[in-house]
Amino acid sequence: MFISALPERRQVGSANIELLVKGEGRPLLFLHAGHGFDADDPLIELLSKHNKVYAASHPGFGGSDLPPGVTAVDDLAYIYLDLLEDLDLHDVTLVGISFGAWLALEIATKGTGRIGRLVLIDAVGLKFSDRETRDIADIYGTTVEELPLLFFKDVEKGLAALGQLDFKSMDESSVLRFARNRESLVLFGWSPTLYNPKLCLRLHRVKQPVLLVWGADDKVVSVDYGRKLAAALSDARIEVVKDAGHYGYLEQPQAFGEHITRFLAQ
Amino acid sequence: MKLWHFSEQSMHPAWEKIQGPTKVVVDNTLCDPQIVHELYNRYLDEWVIADKLGYNIFVNEHHASANCLSASCLLTLAILARQTKNARLLTLGVPVANRPDPYRVAEELAMIDVISGGRLEIGLIKASPFELAMSNQSPARIMDRYWEAQEFIVKALTHKGPPFSWEGEFFQYRNVNVWPRPLQQPAPPMWITASGPGTGRKVAELGYVCATFFNGAGTKPLFDAYKETYRATHGRPATPDRFAYLAIVVCGRDDKEVETRIQKVKSYLEVQPRTPRGWINPPGYESVELNARALKSGNTGRVNFGLPPNPTRQDMADGGILFAGTPDQLYEQITSFSDKVGGFGHLLMLAQAGYLSHEETVDTLTLFSQEVAPRLREYSARREQAVFETA
Repeated sequence: MFISALPERRQVGSANIELLVKGEGRPLLFLHAGHGFDADDPLIELLSKHNKVYAASHPGFGGSDLPPGVTAVDDLAYIYLDLLEDLDLHDVTLVGISFGAWLALEIATKGTGRIGRLVLIDAVGLKFSDRETRDIADIYGTTVEELPLLFFKDVEKGLAALGQLDFKSMDESSVLRFARNRESLVLFGWSPTLYNPKLCLRLHRVKQPVLLVWGADDKVVSVDYGRKLAAALSDARIEVVKDAGHYGYLEQPQAFGEHITRFLAQ
Repeated sequence: MKLWHFSEQSMHPAWEKIQGPTKVVVDNTLCDPQIVHELYNRYLDEWVIADKLGYNIFVNEHHASANCLSASCLLTLAILARQTKNARLLTLGVPVANRPDPYRVAEELAMIDVISGGRLEIGLIKASPFELAMSNQSPARIMDRYWEAQEFIVKALTHKGPPFSWEGEFFQYRNVNVWPRPLQQPAPPMWITASGPGTGRKVAELGYVCATFFNGAGTKPLFDAYKETYRATHGRPATPDRFAYLAIVVCGRDDKEVETRIQKVKSYLEVQPRTPRGWINPPGYESVELNARALKSGNTGRVNFGLPPNPTRQDMADGGILFAGTPDQLYEQITSFSDKVGGFGHLLMLAQAGYLSHEETVDTLTLFSQEVAPRLREYSARREQAVFETA
């Protein structure tokens, strides 16, 4: 969801960001998808049972400031590296969803020392096919009404997870958060559309164990894309969740949560 | 009042074959190059005739569109720079937030000004939201990119002396050196399009001509904001020549002729807005606050040109969309709309639209130039005088 402000604020470098810290255990940095999140996120709820979850709105998303000059996923990655250093976290698990999974890879390729393992859920961020074949659906030429069709297997379930996208009955601040998230996803992902051509050259720097969890019915990036990404990483495996779309973690949070919990217990 | 003949150079022969959107995704096999060859030349002929009739010329561009075959307003103007003699040549405009290379835009503008003997008027616009699909430029921070391109082009056109460098956020050049400089010094007149008071104030600070398209009830608040800021910035009132308004204009000798022409032109109002819905307002193109307000109200944009369903002729004239009538009726419609919005010194006339034939277009232009134009000039002179007197 994207409805409510997060409980804490924190200055990280030039960025004043909003932050949620939840649970006890090993540190886990949750990197949200392009539509944002809030404290009611069902996956955070599950993960916080065994981990200390740190989850911020990326600069430009939710209630986090967008400092001047922050215009690329690179910039976001460096801000998160600052956050890991400021909090002095070690052996951190990165859990990223969609755009957040791309960000997880950018962070891990730039500074690997504090990161123990990665979980990538329906990730974007890389290009595998030839120049005339899209790997990642163009999510930008769509209306708000069309988004659930693109992002979910079961549109009803998906809409329920997004407050029915019923803006008329939402608080103004929630609608602003939604509109802001949409704009920032454009800022960071417009072209090349949701990938960084340089990332494949840097992927070898990710030596940690990686779990990919993928919605079987993802219409934005197919399971086949997930398999290619797993193959491109040195120590990765993929789990596929039935009846789940691109934001399938909202449709089947339990199934996604269980895969992650098993992986982290290893 | 200065009169400008405008045509979107539409591919109307394809319209009846198009289901759904008329742009962005429309199949290009519906665009027969042989027919387009004839149409391009027809529309250019109409501008040449307009020049002889005493009109000025206004061109635009769109992309992947059955409504507008002009993929480059500066190519159209380059031809007209040679083929016309007297008309002012207005591009409104070059979509600079779509263009990766504003230096090239500056060079082309300067060439046109020099070839035409100093008749160029420059309008730089951001970009139609749906055309970001083709240009691939980002809707996010589009206004920041627009203003940098705009400021760069003005500097490139006005700079004299050794080359300068530009290391901006969006554009970087090591050696800016426009050859030739424009003939008009220090620069050709500048125009900007606006629809709301926020942009209007910015245009007023610059002192550029503020043009607005089919803006209806939005026009008065825009012009008022411009006037207020103009006076505060420049210490004098804004004269009517700072304001331009675009509408469709249909002229005929009698009611029957007018009605026939309206029927041919009206298809424009139905065909022109048919945009793929996802491209009407890509996130980033409008401000977050405006988008949030639109989501909250469920109002995702002005539909039907802000007109009621099945608008009457009077509705369309009052709404500033289509002025249609005999010369007497047109004079009345245009001046009463101008009075209502606070007066404009430029009427941008979409005199060819829809299925209006070449003969009918030329006849409209001819009749209007003989019967309406002289009276509008007198009206304008009176309004201008009034501005100075009240000042």
